[in-house]
Formats: sequence, C-alpha cells, structure tokens
Amino acid sequence: MSIEVSNISKHFGSFTALDNISLEFPSGELVALLGPSGCGKTTLLRIIAGLEQADSGKVLFHGEDASRRHVRERQVGFVFQHYALFRHMSVFENIAFGLRVKPRKERPSEAEIQRRVHELLNLVQLDWLHDRYPAQLSGGQRQRIALARALAVEPQVLLLDEPFGALDAKVRKDLRRWLRRLHDELHVTSLFVTHDQEEALEVADRVVLMNHGRIEQIGTPGEVYDHPASPFVYGFLGSVNLFHGRVHGDHLQVDDHVLALDQHTLSADTQAVAYARPHEVDVVRPEPGATGIPVVIRRILAFGGAVRLELERTGAESKENAGTPIEAEIGRDRLRELGLAEGDQVLIQPRGARVFPVSTAATNQAEKAAA
Amino acid sequence: MSATSVLHTPVPLEQARSAATNEPALMRWLLIALALIFLTLFLFIPLASVFYEALKKGGDVYLKALQEPDALSAIQLTLITAAIAVPANLVFGVAAAWAIAKFEFRGKSVLITLIDLPFAVSPVISGLIYVLLFGAQGWFGPWLQAHDIKIIFAVPGIVLATVFVTFPFVARELIPLMQAQGAEEEEAAVALGASGWQTLWRVTLPNVKWGLVYGVILCNARAMGEFGAVSVVSGHIRGMTNTMPLHVEILYNEYNFAAAFAVASILALLALVTLAAKSFVEWRFGHDQQTSIEEHAA
Repeated sequence: MSIEVSNISKHFGSFTALDNISLEFPSGELVALLGPSGCGKTTLLRIIAGLEQADSGKVLFHGEDASRRHVRERQVGFVFQHYALFRHMSVFENIAFGLRVKPRKERPSEAEIQRRVHELLNLVQLDWLHDRYPAQLSGGQRQRIALARALAVEPQVLLLDEPFGALDAKVRKDLRRWLRRLHDELHVTSLFVTHDQEEALEVADRVVLMNHGRIEQIGTPGEVYDHPASPFVYGFLGSVNLFHGRVHGDHLQVDDHVLALDQHTLSADTQAVAYARPHEVDVVRPEPGATGIPVVIRRILAFGGAVRLELERTGAESKENAGTPIEAEIGRDRLRELGLAEGDQVLIQPRGARVFPVSTAATNQAEKAAA
Repeated sequence: MSATSVLHTPVPLEQARSAATNEPALMRWLLIALALIFLTLFLFIPLASVFYEALKKGGDVYLKALQEPDALSAIQLTLITAAIAVPANLVFGVAAAWAIAKFEFRGKSVLITLIDLPFAVSPVISGLIYVLLFGAQGWFGPWLQAHDIKIIFAVPGIVLATVFVTFPFVARELIPLMQAQGAEEEEAAVALGASGWQTLWRVTLPNVKWGLVYGVILCNARAMGEFGAVSVVSGHIRGMTNTMPLHVEILYNEYNFAAAFAVASILALLALVTLAAKSFVEWRFGHDQQTSIEEHAA
C-alpha cells in the first residue's frame, strides 16, 4: 500500500516539530527517515501511525484520506525503539495478542492462532523461545519478537521507530541485514526512522533527510551521498572538508590558491564554501610546479583499507580558513608511493568540490557548533 | 589446570565480610538489643495486652461480648463501610492514575495535589467538612431535610467520610508505577487493534496488579480503622451508627473493659491479617519489580 502525507504541520507548544511536510512513499519500498534528534522524524512516523494527531494536513493510505481513522483501524504495524513488549505475557502470547483482540467474527480459531504464531516465530528464527518472557530475552531477540508481533495482524504498512537504536553495534549490523532480507521477502511498504546515516544508506531503498521539521532531500542512498542538495546533507552523511573562498568562473579563490569546482550556478564574486569529502582530496608533494593548498600532516591513521590523514592548513590568511582541520583519505599504495610521515608539509587538491553560497553554509556551521 | 586450583580453599564467612562494615561484637549486640527493647515496649506489649485483657475473664465473656447486638452491628457497619469505600476508591484510583500517568493535560499538578489532600488535613477536619456541607445547619441541610434524606449521623455520612480519608491510597500507589512504565505498551496494544477496554484489562491492569493489591490492602486497613473523621459524622448512635473503633471507645468509657478489649482484639486481628497480606504482596511485588528492573537494565 502506498502512503502519502500532504502539508503536515505539528507544533508542541512553541516548538515546530513538522513544518508543512509533503511526501510520497510508493508501495513496497523500504524508506528511511533520517535526521538528527529533534528533526521531527519520529513525530512524522507517529502521525502516519495515528499515535499522534497533526495540527494540519492529511495522511493518505492508498489515495484515501486516513487522517480521521483511529490507530486501530489503520492496519499499521508499529515497532518501538524500546520494543514495548507486554512484559507479563510470554513471547507466544505477545505475538498472538493482535489476533486475540480481534472482534469475535474476525478472530481466527485457536488452532489457526497457534499455526500463525509459530509461522511468525519461524520467520524471525526464534521458535525455541515461545514460552519465555520478554525479561528473559536479549535486546536483539526482543526486537525480532516485536517485529513478529507487528506482522501478526498482516499490516499494510510497517513503521519502525529507531528499531536498532537501543542495541549494541554488532547486533545492530546483523539485524540491519536481516531486516533488509525480511523486507525483500515480504514486500510490505516499510518506513523506518533512524539518526544513523550508515544504517539508512545501507538498508533503505530511498532515504528522506530531515532537519528542523523540514525535508532537506529525498533520493536513493547513492544519490543523496554523491549529490547532496544542501550543506546540511553534506555534513550529515559523513565527514566533509570546508574551504571558504570567492567564486571566479569555474573555480574558487581560496586565499591565494585556486580550487577547481564541479558545475555550479553561483554568480561571480560570491562568497562561498566548497565541500569535499575526505576521499575526494588528493595529496601531493610540494615539488616545483605542483599546485594546491599547503597543509601539514598531523596524524596518519593507517588501519583499514584506506589511510586517513589528519591535516592542518598552514599559511592561510583569512580567519575562516586558518587552522581548519582537514581530513583526507588515500590508498595504502599512494601513501607508500609518497612516503609521507607525520609533520610533513604537503599540498592538497580537492577534486569535484561542490559550492554553496555562504548564507546557507553559515547556518549549517552554526548547527554543527550547536550539536 | 595449575596448582592454584588445588590450593584454593573456601574463605570463611566471617573473613569474607568487608572489614569496613564489621562493627565490634559488643556494638552489634547493643544495637540489636536496643531495637528489640523498643519493639517490645511499644509494639509487642500493647498488642499482647489487647488479647490478654480481652481474654482475662475467660473465653465465655469474650464470645458474649462479641455476640452482643451492638457489637455485631458495629462489626457489620464497619464491614459495609469498607465494602463501599474500598471498591469506590479502587475505581477512582485506577481512573486517576491512568489519567495522570498516560495523558498530558492542563491542571495535572493540581489534581495530584488534590489527591494528597486527605493525607494532609486532620481526619477531624475531614469529618467537619461533611457536617458543614450536609448537616442540619449546613449548605445542603435544609434541602436534604425537605427531601427526608439523612447523611450526617447516618450511614451515608460514615461512608462519605471514610471514602474521603482513604481516597489517596490506591491512586498514590499506582501513579508512580504507571508513570515509570510509560504508555508504550498501551500504544502497542492499540496499534495491534485492541479497544480501550481490551487495553485496560489485558495490558494496563496486569502490569500494575501487585501495586493495585497493595493499595487496596492499605486502603482497607484504613477504612476499617478510621476513627477521627467517622467520629465527627457518626453521632455515636448505638446499634445504628457505631463502627468498631467508635464502639471500642464507648465501651471503654463505660468501664466495660472486657468487652472493649474483645472488640479491639478483632480490630487488632484484622490489622495482623492485613500486615501478613501486605508482606506477601510486597514480596511478590518486589519480585516483579526486580524482573522489570532487570528488563530495563538489559
């Protein structure tokens, strides 16, 4: 079933949680709502579920207005961050709950309930735990039971609120992969909320980036990572280096160095900030004829497939650029080839950096400082 | 396997205890003795004396004192009062706790303060409030007289005063418990299609059942033992508006000690049963709390 929200706004006192949000979720997709805490993503999910009422705007299920429909009539499966399993019921009874509370006419027979619950327990691979109580399970097991419970009523939509937020890193990774596989099997339209960009990019078909109750960008993981629409998205989806300067045609004048730019629409002489990811930063030896921005190597982190270099600007005149830390990522072979050591003076050349005018970039900077 | 495991010997219990909390033996005995003497003097001797005085003149006198019509009517009235006040406050307590713990609304803190009011004011004042409202000279007095309804110096007044005094027990017990549990389980139940009643019966109440039982036990103990508020509104009409505590007072003032202590022993017995029930619930409740705490910590 497809979901659509149109012009949703929600305030809590003077705080604006959602500011005129309109979105469409096509049938059968797994979509991530991604953003920092307080950006309104959970509120949006709860409004879609009907656990929260929007101040204005509509929620449409399959093109029909569902705004006035009560939670219990919306046929949504909701999975909570802290599982919300019924603590006084066994695992079996937890999953059977949704079937047992159906009106008598629709309620399946006891044999049918048994069959369905065991089928779901097998789906989440925890049939052997059917007579345990929630308190006796690990976090990962609880979340899988919570998912089985939500699936028991055959929901049209599955809504997951930070489903892996309370789990440790290793379990998170396993469950992520498992959720993706489960979704490929069931094809039920699913929305999940997360503040973990890696989780969103890894699991979702599409990512919706939110900030301050507004949508910043929507796209596939590849799109949002490679073509961030705003400085916020750039900063949120991984580490990024900033270069302050002034636009001149197809390049940015950073102090007395020239930085080549990706295509842009800024007019000449605009104050702007260029963004480049660590792997887009080339490092060269300061030999005669070489160009680039001079930096000194502070640290070399040589573990993993790529080597990370922590660099610092030297000889920068403008105060925005002076002493800014810069991160570069180069291959192990390249490191050996250059023969770099900590304390060396080198030049960097960002490739394909994208520019945003200072005004939008400045707000992003302020946010980063606040966070 | 190394030699260390062979050398391993059990540590004596005395040594295993940490030295910092290990008081000298004399000090320990002194503290224990002090506590025991205090308990004996102020709790055990009075309690024993109630039963001693009640049975001093033999079992016959004891039984006769209890079979006396006025005594029987006092016991009956006490039981009726508790039978009305406890369920009324049970329903109110659950409703108030549910509202306070699961919803946000204006005036919530005022409601919480109001629930505490009966604890804060003297029981005598509680009784007086009802006399001022429903007594012959009270606000509703003339109207009640015109319609021939008796509240003060009658059973309804006693029930009202008891309900007022025992008002906070259930609610006070449930509010912190429900607040700690939050509303997520209820939200999960509703999302799974449960109605409001189904959610209450299948999720909310089972989660608070031991806290509820505990509150009811305390509420019942107070309802049966209440003296001050009931004394003001009762009018002390023998065989009509005397509850057990009031009856004990009347008999005692008439120097009928054997009968006074006989009725008092029934009250004391009720208190002991309550105490046993309370300990049992505390033990069960503590067990449940423990598991839910572990669940949260995990």
